[in-house]
Amino acid sequence: MTGWLDLTPDEWNAVRLSIKVAIWAMLGSLPLGVLVALVLARGRFWGKSILNGLVHLPLVLPPVVTGYLLLLGFGKRGPIGAFLAEHFGIVFSFRWTGAALACAVMGFPLMVRAIRLSIEAVDRKLEAAAGTLGANPLWVFATITLPLALPGVIAGMILSFAKAMGEFGATITFVANIPGETQTLPSAIYTYTQVPGGDPMVLRLMSISIVISMMALVVSEALARRVGRRMDLE
Amino acid sequence: MTLAVSLRHNLGAFTLQVNFESSGRVTALFGPSGSGKTSIINAIAGLTRPQHGYVVVDGRVLVDTAKRVFVPRHRRRIGYVFQDARLFPHMTVRQNLGYGRFFAPRAERYADEAMVIDLLGIGQLLDRRPDKLSGGEKQRVAIGRALVASPGLILMDEPLASLDEARKAEILPYIERLRDEVRVPIVYVSHSVAEVARLATEVVLLAAGRVAACGPTAEIMQRLDLLFDDEIGEGGALLEMLVDRHDEAFGMTVLISAAGEIRVPRIQALPGVPVRLRIRARDVMIATHRPEGLSALNVLAGRIVGMVTEGGPVVDIRVDCNGQTILARLTRQSTHTLGLSLGQEVYAVVKTVSFDRTNMAKA
Repeated sequence: MTGWLDLTPDEWNAVRLSIKVAIWAMLGSLPLGVLVALVLARGRFWGKSILNGLVHLPLVLPPVVTGYLLLLGFGKRGPIGAFLAEHFGIVFSFRWTGAALACAVMGFPLMVRAIRLSIEAVDRKLEAAAGTLGANPLWVFATITLPLALPGVIAGMILSFAKAMGEFGATITFVANIPGETQTLPSAIYTYTQVPGGDPMVLRLMSISIVISMMALVVSEALARRVGRRMDLE
Repeated sequence: MTLAVSLRHNLGAFTLQVNFESSGRVTALFGPSGSGKTSIINAIAGLTRPQHGYVVVDGRVLVDTAKRVFVPRHRRRIGYVFQDARLFPHMTVRQNLGYGRFFAPRAERYADEAMVIDLLGIGQLLDRRPDKLSGGEKQRVAIGRALVASPGLILMDEPLASLDEARKAEILPYIERLRDEVRVPIVYVSHSVAEVARLATEVVLLAAGRVAACGPTAEIMQRLDLLFDDEIGEGGALLEMLVDRHDEAFGMTVLISAAGEIRVPRIQALPGVPVRLRIRARDVMIATHRPEGLSALNVLAGRIVGMVTEGGPVVDIRVDCNGQTILARLTRQSTHTLGLSLGQEVYAVVKTVSFDRTNMAKA
């Protein structure tokens, strides 16, 4: 017997695809996530609670609804999807990029929340001090606010990554379940649960899923500790 | 440096309404807590936007609400030393010091890091993080950080308030070096007569959001009627004197001025060096004849030029000693018993031990 973790090519594809999708979802949503978190933490403007509600919508909507909304907006005939395909050649529907988009949207509230909390915890008096030393607001953000909020940013990235690794409902609704293109780990697990005799595959993929999630947690803990030590904040 | 400030700002029940000008090397904003001192320097620094008024530094308009001028804080080139230091916790001392350096236009950089490190004696702290510094070290680094940005003016908001007496004594000489060697203009917020008397050249005395008096330090320090309760016992005359000689046998130093000789415990200063001496009004006795058989060493002859009482048990007496004024706070009863009156020749008796080091500063 070779090891029970010997994966079939389809299973390997699902694992690789899941990791690729999760990394792209995490990195792609990061700049916007930081920006929105900053605006929510520091901004005072009309419509702030509406923005806050919009950001949190994917958290409370059924994922199927979010997936379908993405299909309507970013699908081949959707207004945004058609525009992007025509002008930039970016196609989301039934591609792995669509899976990444769905995962990014689903993880966005978690990412924004973590970053927002850590930005709110940054002492504004330090920002004022940097201002009196001649730093303009952008430079203050880059050298004071962001470094001090770094533990929260890392936490937000890990949450987004973990969410993307587990995202199922919105992804399958938006980009379906095509092996090799949009079949992520959860979709593959789901597929095997529907097949007679699929239990060993389900168990294997489940183990992999647990290992990856645990690794993400351990890495984030280690990073947060390192950042904390660097800033002597413990 | 000239500083012109006129502000009107409502903060709930508190109204700040001040108007003053100063061209001193060190201008003290002096008053009890809640008198509006910090609100004023926050407006000068651009941390707050006043409702009405203007701030002009060296002819440069930083705020003028009438003309809708408001220069943002990062373009003002005004350093700020906060009471709580506010060092950046994620940077080393060296990185903190260098933070503001490159924001200053090259032509206006007068302070380089090596000079500042040497001036403030922080060379051995450079690789530490702020949380590994003592309170006094933090303040020295904070002063250095403000200075490296080569500001045209430095604001200090009670930089010694959170320190104990020993740490205060450690920092004060460095602020004096800033004043005397770097010659950067300073606006110094304080509620301590001792600090103001030692550092300031001009004083703006604040009470309940208004300017109660404004003028040279020696003049304001004598206005016991204006001093607030906590510090009234600290009020008194400031004398500008010179070190004349040291009396090694008894460990004393003799200071001279037109008023006469005053002996103080040995200080570290060469003969000829000017010093500023604060003599608290409560440490001065008045005698109608030159006293004999008295342990006090310092007796100055003079003439009463002012007697002020607010009806309470005390009288503040101003004695002119050959052009320099000494202030004495006596009970009304003693004044009556001695029969003191304006123009009378008297002797002011100052106990030597009432001088301590914080009362003396190089003028």
